[in-house]
Amino acid sequence: MIAPTLLAAVGEVGEGFFQERDSSSLPCQAKPDEVFCFDWARENIDRFGTPTVQHLELVLFSVLLGFAIAFAISLLAHRTAWLRPPLLAATGILYTIPSIAFFFLLLPITGIGRTTAIVVLATYTLQIIYRNTMLGLANVPGPVKDAARGMGLTERQILWRVELPLATPEIVAGLRIATVSTVAIATLAVFIGAGGLGTQMYGSGNLTFPTSIIIAAAIAIGMALLFDVALLTVQRLITPWRRARLG
Amino acid sequence: MPEAEATSETQSQPGASSVSYEGASKRYGDSASPAVDNLTLEVPAGEICVLVGPSGCGKTTAMRMVNRTVEITEGDVLVGGESVRDRDPARLRREIGYVIQQIGLFPHRTIAENIGAVPQLLGWKKDRTKARTAELLELIGLDPELGERYPAQLSGGQQQRVGVARALAADPLVMLMDEPFGAIDPISRERLQNEFLRLQAQVRKTVLFVTHDIDEAIKMGDRIAIMKEGGRVEQYATPAEILMAPATEFVEDFVGADRALKRLALMRVADIDLWEAPLAHVGQATAEVRAKLAQSDVEVPYPLLVDGERRPLGWLSERDLGAETVPAKPDSPLGPLLDRDDVMRDALADLLQGEAQYAAVVDHEGRIDGVLSVEIISEFLKSPRAKSGELAVERPHGGEPAP
Repeated sequence: MIAPTLLAAVGEVGEGFFQERDSSSLPCQAKPDEVFCFDWARENIDRFGTPTVQHLELVLFSVLLGFAIAFAISLLAHRTAWLRPPLLAATGILYTIPSIAFFFLLLPITGIGRTTAIVVLATYTLQIIYRNTMLGLANVPGPVKDAARGMGLTERQILWRVELPLATPEIVAGLRIATVSTVAIATLAVFIGAGGLGTQMYGSGNLTFPTSIIIAAAIAIGMALLFDVALLTVQRLITPWRRARLG
Repeated sequence: MPEAEATSETQSQPGASSVSYEGASKRYGDSASPAVDNLTLEVPAGEICVLVGPSGCGKTTAMRMVNRTVEITEGDVLVGGESVRDRDPARLRREIGYVIQQIGLFPHRTIAENIGAVPQLLGWKKDRTKARTAELLELIGLDPELGERYPAQLSGGQQQRVGVARALAADPLVMLMDEPFGAIDPISRERLQNEFLRLQAQVRKTVLFVTHDIDEAIKMGDRIAIMKEGGRVEQYATPAEILMAPATEFVEDFVGADRALKRLALMRVADIDLWEAPLAHVGQATAEVRAKLAQSDVEVPYPLLVDGERRPLGWLSERDLGAETVPAKPDSPLGPLLDRDDVMRDALADLLQGEAQYAAVVDHEGRIDGVLSVEIISEFLKSPRAKSGELAVERPHGGEPAP
């Protein structure tokens, strides 16, 4: 059985974090009624820099990888109708695996660190991006495709010049949901030793001293909002026809 | 484009190719009866051939064989003498204009980009595409500024005009039109039909036009193929022949009991002898006008007031004539105003809609040409001329471009 070995490995990683946190002496910790300790925040804000960058990288790499895979299987499913139900089921099953379990199951294959985290996070985006891309492609009006074919566009040209541009709003909507949820799930990457904002959330001392959690969570929320607004802006810019109306 | 050059050798009309069905069939899967069964039909270059019939008769399937959006399972279709089965479908389609009922403009492309789509596929230079787009916008009577708009910003009628322009962009040899005006309100439809006929008089394309509306078929077609289930052609003839001599009971039923009335769709107002209008000018002595009215051969009971350019202004009433001189403002409004080039059926509809017994007919410049009355039309319908085949279809020869 590999389970005991795994647990031992994780135990070691976990202890590493906790020790680092425990070693700092904190002035506000003695006062349990205080939810947020500004003094501590001012003195320790530097420690959030590296985790934020790590978190950003985790999200970017995972979503890009997830998008590449989901987009590819969407195109495959678009061309081959019988593949659609099994692909939907497969991505759906992957989506239901509990994240902590997923991390640990991958340990023997990809080891401790960022690779495992990115693989898991990317896997979670597949279902959302795949579903939305397929929805977008299905929403392209039949007569537009009929006209395109009748005018002499090849199937490939119809896909890239007509269907995908028209599916852009749904595809970007999928990316937005995937990105925002990845920002949240990436806080668990700490358990596989991949760093990120989770390092500032999970610690034994944090149970009685929530300041670090609050700061890390605020950064995560801000990051999610920024990604969301950025993607929405990109979508608006690349789909100008959607704002064009009568008059 | 080597293909275009190759086909241009065999065409009898520059810019258009003949289309021949040679026992063409389409069978879907293992279905017992084919959608189109052994269709043989010859469409001469530069003519409008209307495929008409009840829904499910295979007319659209037959039309789609030409650009291979439906694959022929048996037999062949020749475009300009060349089998479509030997052609690469995409390349073939770029030489064939395609207009569908739902229009199918690209919502994410501007009007100009939509019109320039096929030229772009053919690799035209940007300048050439741009010039062609501007030319077509003018041809269909759209403001060049609309070129920068998106389809959603245009009305349904404008969108369908763009659909036709897009199909014409690369000067196709053949046009396929599948119920192109079917989803448009009746008034705009009539206008679009007239516009298209005027356009066709200039471009002289070979057109395969699908409709389920026999009235539209009679109005648009140089020839009409009346189809029955399985794409069987019951009669293939000019509209006049079909109205005068339906070949089968099916055709007779399909054309309907009001065949005499439908013949009116075959003629223009100018084709019939009009009444002469007693004219009056502003300031003229009414005695003079009354004298003119008293002449025995005048059929119109009231004088028509016209301006210095002989453009009608309105009808004078008894009260107007009671004055010393003709007033500047006539008592009765003009009512419906007809054009010499109006289709007779549309003119009759205008008369009935305006609840008028008669109406003034004007020429291109808006000058009075005569008076058309319900009486003239009903006399005509009773005349042997209406029943004979004399009324060959006359297309509006609007040779000169619209001003």
